[in-house]
Amino acid sequence: MASGTTTTARPAVQAGEIVIDNVSKEYGTGTLYKSVVTDCSFTIERGKLTVMIGPSGCGKSTLIRLLAGFEKPTSGTILLNGKPVTGPGRDRLVVFQETALFPWMTTYDNIMYGPRARGEDNEQARSQAEFLLEKVGLRQFRDKYPTQLSGGMQRRAELARAMINNPEVMILDEPFRGLDEMSKELMWEYYAKLYEESRRTNFFVTTDIDEAIFLADRLLIMSNIPTQVCAVMEVDLPRPRRLDDMVDSERANQIKMAALSVLHREAMKSFSGGSRAASDFIDAYSKRMSKSDT
Amino acid sequence: MKKSSGSFWKWFGSRQARRAIFSLVLFVLLWELASRSKAWFGVETPWIGKIPAPSAVLLSWSGLVGDMSYWQSWVMSGMRVLSGFFAAMIIGIPLGLAMAVSRTFHGVAFPTFEVLRPIPPLAWVPASIIFWPTQEMSIAFVTFLGAFYTVVINVVGGARSIDVRYFQAAQAMGSSQWDIFRRVVFPAALPSIVVGAAVGMGITWEVVVAAEMISGGGSQSGGAGGGLGFFIWNSYLGGSYEQIVVGMISIGIAGFICSEALRHFGSYLTPWLKRR
Repeated sequence: MASGTTTTARPAVQAGEIVIDNVSKEYGTGTLYKSVVTDCSFTIERGKLTVMIGPSGCGKSTLIRLLAGFEKPTSGTILLNGKPVTGPGRDRLVVFQETALFPWMTTYDNIMYGPRARGEDNEQARSQAEFLLEKVGLRQFRDKYPTQLSGGMQRRAELARAMINNPEVMILDEPFRGLDEMSKELMWEYYAKLYEESRRTNFFVTTDIDEAIFLADRLLIMSNIPTQVCAVMEVDLPRPRRLDDMVDSERANQIKMAALSVLHREAMKSFSGGSRAASDFIDAYSKRMSKSDT
Repeated sequence: MKKSSGSFWKWFGSRQARRAIFSLVLFVLLWELASRSKAWFGVETPWIGKIPAPSAVLLSWSGLVGDMSYWQSWVMSGMRVLSGFFAAMIIGIPLGLAMAVSRTFHGVAFPTFEVLRPIPPLAWVPASIIFWPTQEMSIAFVTFLGAFYTVVINVVGGARSIDVRYFQAAQAMGSSQWDIFRRVVFPAALPSIVVGAAVGMGITWEVVVAAEMISGGGSQSGGAGGGLGFFIWNSYLGGSYEQIVVGMISIGIAGFICSEALRHFGSYLTPWLKRR
């Protein structure tokens, strides 16, 4: 809208380093006992976009609930900027797998939820909301309800709803799952651009290798059982990232191949362990291989 | 006002409207034919032959239009329905929300509620005539019960089935408990509240008519103005079959007006549902 708001509304570079130290999460007792995350340790580095990739059912969503503070780990600690995480907070906001926009609020009201909840429905928050609407390309959909938006628009609205709270860490749980191929790739570029402008700490969970490599500064590859980080890869591709560049990038392909061979090794391991997820894993792997051959 | 009359004429010209009018006209014609078949063809249509023809009903109705006691019946039944209905909403919605929000309250209140719920409202008629000081209050109480259980059950169900991610999102963005209740729980439960109210309104009309018939519709007031249920009963006792049908149709119209009004108000309250 007004160009004068642009400078004030741009978020400052944030602190925001999360250290996950020896975290375990168990559910139930007796025969219902299930250990979902076991002795998991990794670091989400400040100002970087860390992508975690692993097969479905490997405990990624549980990890996210722990990071967000919706649940507490059975043992181990999670530190944000050196302080332990004790509950949900606006310093770590989650963008969920399926949209969690409030259906009874318009796009604008959804974005303004956070400021209003804290009693900050002031001029600054309102202009920031308008700025974000513009930024995620939803200005014309300001007064529409979520059901009137397409899947991609809903995801963008949700990104804006999180960003207005200026969190130190954004946590995204497979946010583009279920979108069609076209909107998904558009969302990658969109999201990469948002990240590149803010450079805040982002933690992004996915099962899609192409998505992971396109977005990541650092790639964490998860093993299936137990949930642990089995490989960390630096994705040293130049920014800003664009889809056209990525398709031809030799380096991107190398990283992809390296990542796939780790994933494949993990798949074979869990396959011999009789895991349910293993066959999915191998399916996905062989599909990706044949796709990259052509 | 201008807009709504415009949409009415638009509706009136639609295919849907033509079908509706066709359906009603055909129904009335067949009914007329069936109830007059003895006079016209010498063959009485079984069962329907005993029912007065629509033209006779209309004639009887035209005589009643100027009769204040007929309109008094409308007002009496309408007042009872509205007072019972609003009492059910005012008590039922907070009770349902409280049961949905507080596990403790749910644990304490729900079992009793579930034991009382299967008792049909009409089974309460004798007891409420004894316990309530006036007949009017006992009818209103029975009417209230008709809507109350439905409203509460819908509110509890609606508020308890809210997706946990809405709470998580609200909590993470810094909402207080009260804020979550006001801006998440209540609007999320609102569609079920509207459904509960619509169903409750229907039950309220069923109950009020039966209650008026059983209780004699306020015989202290001399039988006049005893409500539409009593109007029907009285017509039956007096042998005026046309008036029975007039009473029945009157209730149909009254119920229709109530549920239409509620439907409009409901979709005004939940604008996010209608524009899919």
